[in-house]
Amino acid sequence: MNAPLLSVTDLRTVFDTRAGRVCAVDGVNVEVRRGECLGVVGESGSGKSVTFASVMGLVRSPGRIDGGAIIFDGRDLRTLTPQQMRKVRGRDIAMTMQDALTALNPALTVGEQIGEVLEAHDETLPSSRGARNAAIRERSVEMLSLVGIPSAESRLRQYPHEFSGGMRQRIMIAIALACRPKLLIADEPTTALDVTIQAQVLELITDIRAKLGMSVVLITHDLGVVTEHCDRVMVMYAGQVVEEGPVREVIGSPSHPYTKGLLGSIPRLALRGQKIKPIEGQVPDLIDLPAQCRFYSRCTLRQDVCKSLISMREATPGHSARCVLVGKDRP
Amino acid sequence: MSLGKLIERLIQLIPVLLGVSLIVFVMMTLTPGDPVQIMIGDQAVTPEQEAAMRRDLGLDRPIVERFFVFLGNAVTGDFGTSFYHKRPVSEVIAERLPATIELSLVALIVALLTSIPLGVLAAIRKNSIFDRIATVGSLLGVSLPGFWFGILLLMLFAVHLHLLPVSGRIGYSAEIEPITHLLLIDTLLRGRFDAFLDALSHIILPAITLGLPMTAILMRVTRTSMLEVLRQDYVTFAEAKGLSRRRVIFRHALKNALIPTVSVAAIETGSLLGGNMIVETVFGWPGLGRLVVESIFLRNYPLVQAAVLFYAITYVLLNFVADILYTVLNPRVKL
Ligand SMILES: Nc1ncnc2c1ncn2[C@@H]1O[C@H](COP(=O)(O)OP(=O)(O)O)[C@@H](O)[C@H]1O
Ligand SMILES: [Mg+2]
Repeated sequence: MNAPLLSVTDLRTVFDTRAGRVCAVDGVNVEVRRGECLGVVGESGSGKSVTFASVMGLVRSPGRIDGGAIIFDGRDLRTLTPQQMRKVRGRDIAMTMQDALTALNPALTVGEQIGEVLEAHDETLPSSRGARNAAIRERSVEMLSLVGIPSAESRLRQYPHEFSGGMRQRIMIAIALACRPKLLIADEPTTALDVTIQAQVLELITDIRAKLGMSVVLITHDLGVVTEHCDRVMVMYAGQVVEEGPVREVIGSPSHPYTKGLLGSIPRLALRGQKIKPIEGQVPDLIDLPAQCRFYSRCTLRQDVCKSLISMREATPGHSARCVLVGKDRP
Repeated sequence: MSLGKLIERLIQLIPVLLGVSLIVFVMMTLTPGDPVQIMIGDQAVTPEQEAAMRRDLGLDRPIVERFFVFLGNAVTGDFGTSFYHKRPVSEVIAERLPATIELSLVALIVALLTSIPLGVLAAIRKNSIFDRIATVGSLLGVSLPGFWFGILLLMLFAVHLHLLPVSGRIGYSAEIEPITHLLLIDTLLRGRFDAFLDALSHIILPAITLGLPMTAILMRVTRTSMLEVLRQDYVTFAEAKGLSRRRVIFRHALKNALIPTVSVAAIETGSLLGGNMIVETVFGWPGLGRLVVESIFLRNYPLVQAAVLFYAITYVLLNFVADILYTVLNPRVKL
């Protein structure tokens, strides 16, 4: 049980575009332990969504996974057939999308959209048609109630447009959790919501995580959210992980100049709801990146050694960053 | 919306019908050729007899008066007497209508059954050889003249291969007592499977010819909207749920992608009416389209007038049907 639930090593995901090959994810390692919540932060375009779309096997053309291993619960997902992968998606690993308003199908009722995931994965359902439908219905109502949707029974017949944004986010979470996944990937679950609803949705995810004992990957822009809800955090920049470690350490004493920049340059406890502040300069073009520190052009502390390949270095045990200023080389 | 919108549509119909009547009236009278002369042919008649014929047909009156007489009668449902058949125009049209309806329905069914699967396939295999062939095919389908394609089919399947009949709606030996006047249905209702096959063999080529442009258009519409829908977040989310590929494509994607297809199909059904004239003429199909073509040559004014009005009404109603279907298929639009 001590092996991590998800262990991604040296993942590379590229998009072959007209302008050239975009290296959206370049040598990323991710580890998610059982029962923990991993926060993933970084400016938009840093490769957070593509990393976890790769884990789900949902990278769309012109993108493809170019290398790496994705070990989930002892199996390399990259070696599975599409059929086997379909059994993992929705059942073992579930995902909620960045935008709840567009992630639910406008032409299907909410009941159908919850029911179909149970239908696809739940082997405990009775086999006779009638009993099966009744069981699916019952479970759907249960899930909607779990995420706090009142009078769930009657709302199953409604379409997504009949719900508010916050409600749709909850429905998406209900769908994702319907089969009690071992891992939930929540891609910016709160970005589109207003503050009070944000808090409710996050409480909900944290509650259910405790109840079901699942692991959560929480992708977010909000460092306050990370401080409050995550055990560990991973900072991404231009397709690479630049810092990772326990939340208290990374937020409390960030090692990478980029993380410091995100926290408002001076190490201090992130304020509740603090958003990522823009840092001077721009994220480099991901096509034909030079073999040097990717933050070089924006870094106030840059040196000549930064113009070479930089690997992750350990600051303290379990806390490392991709910067020459950090202690010793990682073992 | 339904009732209010329907009434609105019906009110909109009035100026359309007035305009159409006027245009057809003017065009028919401006077309060279005189119905009386055509009826006389090379028979010997005195000028008095000729004048009497002209008076009988009401053609001695000034054109403006004739137009208003036509309008006045049309409002009461009287479209006059066919010069050629010497029977009420409405009766003649009613006789020919079932053949045209049957042909149009079969063409519509053929078009829907081929265009939707082809469009879906072209979308999910975007840029494949199949997609490219389908693209070229649909371009040809829209641009090939119907009569040319029809004649090509006739030469191949009827003249060279002798697989299908050259013209008509059903063979003499297969004729049956009508019930609905739609032969494919009537033959089955009468339990005459042989006659059904005979009717089917007659209708298949004209239906394909008539449905070809529509098939091409609907395929393009389905392909485009399917590609659009496949890019949507809800399709990715459906995949993230681990649903089967079939369910993702047909239940999640196609259900949304069909909304434009069905609307366009309803509107394009109106253009089948125009195609009917050519196709029915090429295949000797005893329907309204061929009747109208014959009537134009005979300068049979009343019949052409009435038929064109009928086309206009059908066209507007089909547009209305397109609106209703759009609403029904799209839960976001409130009824
Ligand atoms: N369909 C695509 N075509 C080309 N490049 C893409 C595509 N999708 C993503 N990318 C590239 O991947 C990078 C990372 O995207 P993403 O993972 O969505 O960022 P985020 O961290 O905001 O979730 C983007 O900056 C973009 O360059
Ligand atoms: Mg993203």
